[in-house]
Amino acid sequence: MPSNLRWKVITILAVFVVFGSVGVYPIVAAHYGVHSPGWLMDKQLKLGLDLKGGVHLVLRVQTDDALRIETETEMERLREELTKRGMTGVTVTSPDSTHFRVEGVPPAQDAAFRQAAIEVQANFDRSAGTNGTYTFTMKPNIVVNLRDDSVVQARQTIERRVNELGVTEPDIAQQGEGGDEILVQLPGVTDVERAKEIIRSTGLLELKIVEQGPSPTAEALQQNGQVPAGMEIVPGATGTAGEAAGTVYYLVRKAAAVTGRDLRNARPSLDENNQAAVSFTLNSEGGRKFGKVTSENIGRQLAIILDGRVQSAPRIDSRITTDGRITGSFTQEEVQNLSLILRSGALPASLTYLQERTIGPSLGADSIRSGVLASVVGLLLVVSFMLVYYRLSGVNAVVALIFNLIILLGLMAYIGAVMTLPGIAGFVLTMGIGVDSNVLIFERIKEELEAQRGVRAAINAGFSRVFWTLVDTHVSALISAAFLFQFGTGPIRGFAVTLFFGLISNLFTSIFVSKTLFELALARRHQVATLSI
Amino acid sequence: MHIFNKPNYDFLRWRWHALALSWLIIIAGIATIVTKGIPQGVEFAGGTVLILQFDQPTSVQQVRAALDKSFPGGGQSVIVQTYGDASRREVMIRVPQVGAESGASLSTTADAVENALKQGTVGTFKRSGTEIVGPAVGRELRSKGLQATVLSLIGILLYLAFRFQFSFGVGAVIATIHDLLITLAFLAFFRYDMSLNVVAAILTMTGYSTNDTIVIFDRIRENLRSMRRDSLNQVINISVNQTLGRTVITSGTALLTALALFFFGGEVLHGFAFTMVVGIITGTYSSVFIAAAIVSFWRGSGPTRAAAHAPATTVVAPQQPTRRSKPQRKARAS
Repeated sequence: MPSNLRWKVITILAVFVVFGSVGVYPIVAAHYGVHSPGWLMDKQLKLGLDLKGGVHLVLRVQTDDALRIETETEMERLREELTKRGMTGVTVTSPDSTHFRVEGVPPAQDAAFRQAAIEVQANFDRSAGTNGTYTFTMKPNIVVNLRDDSVVQARQTIERRVNELGVTEPDIAQQGEGGDEILVQLPGVTDVERAKEIIRSTGLLELKIVEQGPSPTAEALQQNGQVPAGMEIVPGATGTAGEAAGTVYYLVRKAAAVTGRDLRNARPSLDENNQAAVSFTLNSEGGRKFGKVTSENIGRQLAIILDGRVQSAPRIDSRITTDGRITGSFTQEEVQNLSLILRSGALPASLTYLQERTIGPSLGADSIRSGVLASVVGLLLVVSFMLVYYRLSGVNAVVALIFNLIILLGLMAYIGAVMTLPGIAGFVLTMGIGVDSNVLIFERIKEELEAQRGVRAAINAGFSRVFWTLVDTHVSALISAAFLFQFGTGPIRGFAVTLFFGLISNLFTSIFVSKTLFELALARRHQVATLSI
Repeated sequence: MHIFNKPNYDFLRWRWHALALSWLIIIAGIATIVTKGIPQGVEFAGGTVLILQFDQPTSVQQVRAALDKSFPGGGQSVIVQTYGDASRREVMIRVPQVGAESGASLSTTADAVENALKQGTVGTFKRSGTEIVGPAVGRELRSKGLQATVLSLIGILLYLAFRFQFSFGVGAVIATIHDLLITLAFLAFFRYDMSLNVVAAILTMTGYSTNDTIVIFDRIRENLRSMRRDSLNQVINISVNQTLGRTVITSGTALLTALALFFFGGEVLHGFAFTMVVGIITGTYSSVFIAAAIVSFWRGSGPTRAAAHAPATTVVAPQQPTRRSKPQRKARAS
């Protein structure tokens, strides 16, 4: 064997072993239960949601919420500052999530106002109007940062919640043109409604001192038709579990004594009446704040507010530091979910669902069955055609095709690609289109043979003449596969990835492997007069 | 073995007939699209799809009757179909609307369908699959799908213009647009839903249909160098004939796999496989009848030397690597 031929064979065998052990061996080993090292099995080709069954959700983060909270916080700071300086006739309002307006600053106090306004200078641009009017606009870079941060925080919170749910191999990613969409894929989850509810709950816990209430109407709590400064009215439910719940209102202090950020832990428990409840523990900072507020307000009610609704408003009997309990009309499942949500922290903004896809396990199994059946039938058809039409050279093409399959499987397993149903279709098509290259080469060899070339010369000419043709066809197909990848989500990406790598491995097998096989077949014979093609 | 024994068909003579046939199909397709529209899958149009598996065999009529009676707003806008193999007793129900996009209520329509069926006498069932798409997602996908198709066509045009001459790039891209329109026409005739999978198939097809075209163009380019006295049309005809066996065989193998997907790939891949089957057939047809004819229109059909005006070497794209011509010279010498 000539030495360059030997090296070619060694290269091919090495490629075979490497890709075979990454791409094929783990699948076979897992199927027959053979024990194998973990690092090898980790790379096993994963099944996509459409084959495995599970939930695919697309959510949008309402980033305006985060802006509104920031604007309101700054407004509140300015208002406090103004009250401190005795400017009581000034009104502060917010027309939208990134602006607020100040009206009625007396000309005499203009300088004092400007002094106070420096407090909010960092995040807002101030512009003066007529008659002591000022408009504060959130700086554009702050808007962008807040939006980005809220999406990232939402994603992290969802990740924590999904982990608490105990889903294996979830996929959570940001996507969409505005970057404000979050894709959540939960393989194997069947209780969709619970998963959806847990992901979406804002989970904002606030403990606030009740000034007045409960009252059946919100109007009864207003003074002179207005909510008193520094206060707010929060709705809540009456009664305990089982009773028909009506809505009541509480007038509470706007500043929260403690929020969910000060939580260390939350777990399901029972209250004194054996009703389901959630017990929580505050961290030391939260415990200190809570202890101070509760000791100052013994005898008053403390509203436990979750996502803007009062769950319960127990009376403070003594100073409480780190441990508390949320009671209300909860079922056992609700307290399970609630403690999970509280443990994972609050969302910075509310979420809306844009898309939801559920694939039951039976539907997925059915897809695998039909996908595999179609692949096997397709491959058998192609293989039989090649063998009948090209005889011994057909064997060459089939060996190249098997190599192509193994390399493709190995590449996909190595990069951690996910196998989807369109991905399986991509596999079959790659093979069907892949023999294209072999056909092109073989037809050219036939032509050269007819032109009375020797067998060796015909083979060499066949390969070298179509080389650039093959490059051209593969590059143009790669271009469309790349755009397909950029366009698609989920299953379609799986398809584009298969197509892309299939094209690359096909170039290698149809040119390098196939040519080496010919050389190998001819190496032992000195006078070659015929070629089975 | 040979499929064709030294074929010598005058393909260019048939170009007018071919063009007429293509235009006929395309115009009929456009007419169908204008009058009936392209049916859009739930991913693009938005809406709710439920796949229900019944414990007893249930007919589509029974399901429809139950929906007509109890589904709010009636069952007129609801599509009910059997899904997949009859032995699985699955029914697909598609409703154009979804619950409000804000809040957790996206699935309210799906729940309403389920409740309506529970009130009827259709037997017990369970949900085996759900797909709910809000309108915003569909809008974004539509624009992205169109964008990807156009961009990939431009990419192919640029690459071919770089590798061949511009006229070849134009020929290949027009042939591909032709394939795209014919495929859309057939999708409209057979009322297949435009789904993500179908768009994927269309994009794959654009890549594939240029394959055949490139092989023929490559041969034309090669022959232009050795047959300078012949007219461009003669060169084109000879090139198409020389590659005919290969064109038919490769389309055949690709077609075999696409047909296997169509018949055995299950319900999900149906539209995808149909698009591929049509795309492969029209791709082959356009490579033989359309692509080269465009080059001939574009450059005029006189003797190649006259048509090229410049020295014959410019017929080969200037970026042409020297590697390509070397083996040829060697071959001639041997």
